[in-house]
Amino acid sequence: MASQDGEDQRLQKIASAIRVIPNFPKPGIMFQDITTLLLDPTAFKDTIDLFVERYRSKDISVVAGIEARGFIFGPPIALAIGAKFVPMRKPNKLPGEVISEEYSLEYGTDKMEMHVGAVRAGERALIIDDLIATGGTLCAAIRLLERVGVEVVECACVIELPELKGRDRLGDRPLFVLVEG
Amino acid sequence: MEMFKRENGLHGDPRLEGISEAIRVVPHFPIPGIMFQDITTLLLDHKAFKDTVDIFVDRYRDMDISVVAGVEARGFMFGPSIALAIGAKFVPLRKPKKLPGEVISEDYVLEYGIDCLQMHVGAVQPGERAIIIDDLIATGGTLSAAIKLLERGGAEVIECACVVGLPEIKEERRLNGKPLYILVEPRQ
Repeated sequence: MASQDGEDQRLQKIASAIRVIPNFPKPGIMFQDITTLLLDPTAFKDTIDLFVERYRSKDISVVAGIEARGFIFGPPIALAIGAKFVPMRKPNKLPGEVISEEYSLEYGTDKMEMHVGAVRAGERALIIDDLIATGGTLCAAIRLLERVGVEVVECACVIELPELKGRDRLGDRPLFVLVEG
Repeated sequence: MEMFKRENGLHGDPRLEGISEAIRVVPHFPIPGIMFQDITTLLLDHKAFKDTVDIFVDRYRDMDISVVAGVEARGFMFGPSIALAIGAKFVPLRKPKKLPGEVISEDYVLEYGIDCLQMHVGAVQPGERAIIIDDLIATGGTLSAAIKLLERGGAEVIECACVVGLPEIKEERRLNGKPLYILVEPRQ
C-alpha cells in the first residue's frame, strides 16, 4: 500500500536520526537522544506530521507536554490540530496556582504540576513526551488531567522502551509510539 | 505596546494586541516585587499562539537561517515551531547535565550566583546562520551566554528573538552587538 510504504520510510528515517548514548545518565543506561532528530528538519517534520495525521480529526482541544522534551514536540502538534498547549512541569516552575501530583522514582519521589484553569472538565486531551520508559511520569500526567475532569484520549511518544513495561503501567489508557528503543 | 512596534516594523500589526492580552501577569513570582510575565496563558489561546509563531516565521523565512536555538525551557515552546516552518534545525540550549552527549558550556552571572548553559558539540557547523529564541529577555544574561555558545560552535548569530522584552534593554535593542527582535513589552 502506497501510504503504508510512505509511513514506513518516514519511520525508518526517524529511527535512524535518533542517537544512542551509552551509560547516560548512569552506567548501564542506553540513552535515546532525540536532539539529533531535531537537527534533521525532514525527520523532525515527519515526526510531527505522523502525530498530526493521527490526531487532527479526533476532536482534541488539549495537548499536554511533559517537561522538558515534551515541550519540543507538543506545541507544533497543538498548533497544527487547533488545540491549546499545556506544559506539565517540575515543581515551582509554573508561576500561578497549580495542582500537583506526586509520583515514584527508582529512588524517592518527584512531583508534576499543572496550572489551575489550564484545562476544563470535558475537554479531550493528548499527552506527549519524547519517550516512555517505566510510564511513571505519564501516569502522573494522566492523573493530573483526570482529576479535573479531562478525558485523556491517548498518550503519544516518539520512542518506547518495551522492556520497561510502561505500556502495562498505563493500563487501559491507549499509547501510541513511533519507534522502539 | 509602542516600545518595540515601530522599530520592528510591526506598527499597526493587529495581532500584537491579542498576543499581549493573552499574557498573564503573576505578581511576586518568584520573589516579592517581580511581576512575572506568564506566557502559559498565551499557549492556551490558539490564535494568539499561532500569530506569535507566524510573526517570527514571517521575519526569518527568507533570511537563510539554518539554526533555531531555543533556551530551556520556555524557548522550547516557541523555537521548534519556528524551525519547522522555516526548514531549520532546532538546537536546545540546556541547563547542566541534561544533554547526554559531549557539550560545550558557558557560565553566566545571576543576581546571586552563577548559572551555566550547554550546547551539544556538533549541533551547529561553522558558518551556519542562527537565531536564538526565548520567551522573555530581562537583563540579557542568559541570551548573552547563548550567543557565546553558538559563536564558539562557529555559527553566526543573526538575531535574538523574544516574545516579551523588559525595559532594561529597550534603549539598546541590541545584545552583545546582536539585534533583538521583540514583540511586546511587559503588562502591568
